[in-house]
Amino acid sequence: MREMKDLLFTNEHEWVDVQGEEAYVGLTEFASKALGDIVFVELPEVDDEFSMGDSFGVVESVKAAADMYMPIDGVVTELNTELEDEPAQINQAPLEGWFLKFKVTNKEQLGELMTPADYERFCEEEA
Amino acid sequence: MNNYNKLLCDISKPGRTGYRLPPDELENIAVEDGIPAGMLRKDEPALPEVNEVDVIRHFLNLSQKNFAIDKGFYPLGSCTMKYNPKINEDMAALPGFANLHPYQPEHTAQGALELLFELEEMLVEITGMERVTLQPAAGAHGEMTGLMIMKAYHESRDDHKRTKIIVPDSAHGTNPASAQVVGFDVVEIKSNKDGDVDLESLKAALSDEVAGLMLTNPSTLGLYEQNIVEVAKLVHEAGGLLYYDGANANAILGISRPGDMGFDVVHLNLHKTMTTPHGGGGPGSGPVGVKKHLVPFLPKPMIDKKEDNTYYLNYDLPQSIGRIRAFYGNFGINVRAYTYMKTMGAEGLKKVSQMAVLNANYLMHHLKNFYRLPIDRVCKHEFVLAGLGKSELHVSTMDVAKRLLDYGFHPPTVYFPLIVPEALMIEPTETESLETLDSFIEAMAAIAKEAEENPEMLKSAPHVTPVGRLDEVKAARNPVLKCASMGGEN
Repeated sequence: MREMKDLLFTNEHEWVDVQGEEAYVGLTEFASKALGDIVFVELPEVDDEFSMGDSFGVVESVKAAADMYMPIDGVVTELNTELEDEPAQINQAPLEGWFLKFKVTNKEQLGELMTPADYERFCEEEA
Repeated sequence: MNNYNKLLCDISKPGRTGYRLPPDELENIAVEDGIPAGMLRKDEPALPEVNEVDVIRHFLNLSQKNFAIDKGFYPLGSCTMKYNPKINEDMAALPGFANLHPYQPEHTAQGALELLFELEEMLVEITGMERVTLQPAAGAHGEMTGLMIMKAYHESRDDHKRTKIIVPDSAHGTNPASAQVVGFDVVEIKSNKDGDVDLESLKAALSDEVAGLMLTNPSTLGLYEQNIVEVAKLVHEAGGLLYYDGANANAILGISRPGDMGFDVVHLNLHKTMTTPHGGGGPGSGPVGVKKHLVPFLPKPMIDKKEDNTYYLNYDLPQSIGRIRAFYGNFGINVRAYTYMKTMGAEGLKKVSQMAVLNANYLMHHLKNFYRLPIDRVCKHEFVLAGLGKSELHVSTMDVAKRLLDYGFHPPTVYFPLIVPEALMIEPTETESLETLDSFIEAMAAIAKEAEENPEMLKSAPHVTPVGRLDEVKAARNPVLKCASMGGEN
């Protein structure tokens, strides 16, 4: 089970789970609640290369559509295609519903992401 | 028929028809000779088999469940659902207009060309532009046309670096989508706490790679962009162009002109601002106006006047982006818009905007007593509430909107713009009477009270409509697109 305390966060409300040279990325509970019931997910392709801040995919709820942004530079190594068939997983367990795994190409950028405490404050300001 | 609730396929009976075809003149010709085997269908298509009167009753019964502006108040923000005067229909139905053929010779269609020429002149005056094309068939089509013109302009100057379009986070969703379609990369910039473009974010986003900025003024929050002159200056200094999304033009007619604000390109939605049919009925019309330096790139043909005062379709425009629609736009719609503008006159159109703004401020002033108003400043033709503002009640904006249906009103736009949580976007338009506005305020106040006293009732609303609360999530996740009784499945 993934826990908030082990993750890093972006100001686009994504969580990042760094595992050695690779990392998983997903949507936080705050964002999944704000979006409401998610009904559609669009993912990129394996081997796609993205820079920090690039849009890599889309989530759609009955209320809104939102881009998913790459938290740091990376190359996609694996996709959670289950989300395409069952986007509700993101609402049910946001930390389990990862979107993709990528190879971290610039480790220094991790320093620019938020810690759990920073992210909690960030959400309080947005609410 | 009071509770008619059938699908066309439910009333289908094998062999029942509403027509009789003449004998088949081609019965000796084998279809297989002309069509490859792999493309021939083996089964008859599963179409409903019904007779004429049943089809008429089916659609009439369904149509009577519809809500329409002719049936009640329709304050759908951002959409300008204003009443469409019936004289528009009379004029569009005149045989000389209705029976025109787009291929008939110019000299036999002088009246139609004159009408389009004069419509262009009126739109030029309203927008402060040099010329206007009437070809685009709707707002987003106008955006695409305008962006193609901007691209052609930069390329004509051998300026090929400009690949980015800046769009504020309060923009209509069509803006970034249109920019993408034309091949631009979209750069989003934030709004400040007053709802205006954040000048620092704009400055940071500007560079010699920016082709232009798309802006709606008044903004999607219904607020007049206070920094518009500064915004225009900054974009022009960086070599970019300014695009005006005319979605909110109902607030500015005869008062303020995009051309004077500094915009280079503009589109108007005649189906919003100029009372042509809107929504599913359409079609729309999204004329695009440009300043002098962009005129050579307008779509062709343009309608021009010869020295002998006759009108012609001018195709001799070598730098034009070309045709963007078959023939000359939605002509019948343009006739309706022309009729409306002539009916109102210049002073009348100014009054339209004054009343639209007055009505919106009247509603805002009263509704802020019951709902949260995030930005409390004089609004233009519409305003945005942030729901009830009492999260402890667990009553959402969606519940409020659904309950409004029980009171006989079309709900406002909900959950847009995205920058306001629980958004309720209300646009009354100019045609509503004080009595209608007051009854809407009463309904909204009653719903706010119900939210305190009986939240469960709101959560299951609507209660008196032909169908109750629809499961939108299920509809999006598991759409049923075929009729089960006709052999379809999910």
